[in-house]
Amino acid sequence: MVRVVLLGPQRHNQTIARAVTDLDLKGPLAVITAGWQEREAELEELDAHLGMETVNLNLHQRGEEVFRRDTTFTEAHRQHQDFLKRLQEIYRIRLSKTQGAVHELMAKHQWPHEIIGPEIEDSLQAIRNLDEHHLRRIRGANREFERKWQPSDRPSIAGHRMELSEILERCGGVLIAGGHVAVLLNRLRLFKLEPMLSQKPLVAWSAGAMVLAKRIVLFHDTPPQGQGFAEVFESGLGLFSNLIPLPHAEKRLQLESLDRVSIFARRFSHSICVPLDEGDRIDWDGNWWRTTENTRKLSVGGQLEQWEEI
Amino acid sequence: MTLAIRVLEEKETVTEADIDTFIESHDFPLMEGTSITFVFRGQVDAVYLMHWVFGLESSQEFGRLKKTDLWYLTLDLPKRSRIEYKFNITVKGKSHWVHDPYNPQVARDPFGFNSVCHTQGYETPEWSYHDPDTRPGSIEDHVLEDTPLGERSISVYLPARFRKTRQYPLLIVHDGHDYMRYASMQTVLDNMIHRLEIPPMIVVLTQAGDRLREYAADERHADFIVKSVLPYMESKFPLNPRPAYRGLMGASFGAVASLYTAWRNQGTFGRLLLQSGSFAFTDIGKHKRGPAFDPIVPFVNQFRDKCGKPAEKLFVSCGTYESLIYENRSLVPLLQASGMMVRYVEARDGHNWENWRDRLREGLSWLFPGPLWMVYE
Repeated sequence: MVRVVLLGPQRHNQTIARAVTDLDLKGPLAVITAGWQEREAELEELDAHLGMETVNLNLHQRGEEVFRRDTTFTEAHRQHQDFLKRLQEIYRIRLSKTQGAVHELMAKHQWPHEIIGPEIEDSLQAIRNLDEHHLRRIRGANREFERKWQPSDRPSIAGHRMELSEILERCGGVLIAGGHVAVLLNRLRLFKLEPMLSQKPLVAWSAGAMVLAKRIVLFHDTPPQGQGFAEVFESGLGLFSNLIPLPHAEKRLQLESLDRVSIFARRFSHSICVPLDEGDRIDWDGNWWRTTENTRKLSVGGQLEQWEEI
Repeated sequence: MTLAIRVLEEKETVTEADIDTFIESHDFPLMEGTSITFVFRGQVDAVYLMHWVFGLESSQEFGRLKKTDLWYLTLDLPKRSRIEYKFNITVKGKSHWVHDPYNPQVARDPFGFNSVCHTQGYETPEWSYHDPDTRPGSIEDHVLEDTPLGERSISVYLPARFRKTRQYPLLIVHDGHDYMRYASMQTVLDNMIHRLEIPPMIVVLTQAGDRLREYAADERHADFIVKSVLPYMESKFPLNPRPAYRGLMGASFGAVASLYTAWRNQGTFGRLLLQSGSFAFTDIGKHKRGPAFDPIVPFVNQFRDKCGKPAEKLFVSCGTYESLIYENRSLVPLLQASGMMVRYVEARDGHNWENWRDRLREGLSWLFPGPLWMVYE
């Protein structure tokens, strides 16, 4: 039964040490900062904050080494990533039309609900269907890649897995930092860490929280290009029940927009959509969530409402 | 709606105190709907509004309010307009250009500064202001010897958290120091990189010696960029060598220099950001612009005849209050027909640095999209 603590961004308000203490984790702690990419090794600030021994799993660097040494696999991996990027582009084209329709309908506030309401709901269902279809295709492509290439059995990767397993064995818990969510997910998958992580208490923040969810949703309401429609990106590791973590929600989402919040909550109504801003924290004990009085969730009515569990 | 100045004018007698009250109780220039009223107070013979709005008389005379010392001019300007201006005051046959004494808003440029006003709907972009949350980049100065233009200094912007272990895109900015001084370029780069709207990038800031000559389709300048700046940067900094990660940008003559350099060296630069380009051309006969355009016109004519593919993606912008709007609009279909990806943007603004600043976010984020959707730190 995996215990997970999800935290908001840590740059200005570091709360990891507190979570580590609450979980009563004994060192050393394994650290995954693959999302930081070339800055992966820069743990000074984190170490100073924690004041206990940490072991960097160096997943980014290990991945780079695999890609350098195993060129056959690297080429196959590159082609697979290109395929996934194409799928995402196609999905984005379809999404812009489908979600555009919902926004257009939602803007017709003056129209009677009995006319517009069922149309909005049906349009939202079309987005959900599209999301599911997209996710199915991604999962299918990933499965096929795994079947064909069996990455974890390749000598170039198996050695790293062995080492990682040994390191994790002697660690009291794992910290997973944010950063580039695709890179982070990619490295976790490459070394097939999910079974190992599911045995350890986890503290994760920002993108680190996102990759542990069942599905990874990318979001930004006001990008400099495009319409700012949230995108289903991938399946995550699925280490907790249906919850979509939304790091930096205050910056990235127009939380004051009733329409936008409502569409988000209704589109992902299978999950609880939870902002994770600075200072925010939610705990998963393997069965249930434990929230704080500050925990909020996106509501179908378009407001942020308090989310109370346990 | 009756304008405030009309209400004052309609009084039977207008006293000094009335004018004091009028001036104290309003901000100037006074915006009322799409009307904008400029005022000047003083014992002068005439007052003219001097502006750079192509399409309007560039010098517009103020009227005098009855026999008082208050002069005023009301114009209609479309929403979301931004204009820069000065007053030309005539006293005893002598004229002086002055700033609007009632308007604290100014815009700086290499020639000094102008008063600025804007109509409803225009806002100075929030991303052009200093953000205390943003990690700032740094600027280094470098000297390049033995270039086709002799010894030249360039400045290099390095993004915050620069690491030699990663490969960066390169953007070369003509009039780079002016972009820094007058278009808040460093603040914009810092903010956009911090907000993940563009990737961390290395930016070269060049400044011409004899700008009107070097930027006017001059082979030596193109060679300076491609044979001196580019190899130097590649030898000193970790750059991604693919054209998609190399860009040139500039405004006015700087846009000509960018396009010309990319055109002469096709396949070298994948991205171009061209602002208010001085792309003068002729269909027949001689051009009617000044002699500085003499080398530009044959280039643009040649380019229009056979544009090739100077880049993969071009962002082109121009103010609708510029005389160059015709040339820029004319260029767009030509670029589009060539198969290049082109985005063209207009704004109700003139040929000035703040217009160019205001388009930076859209242009840079389109040419060099950042990891906004992927990074959650």
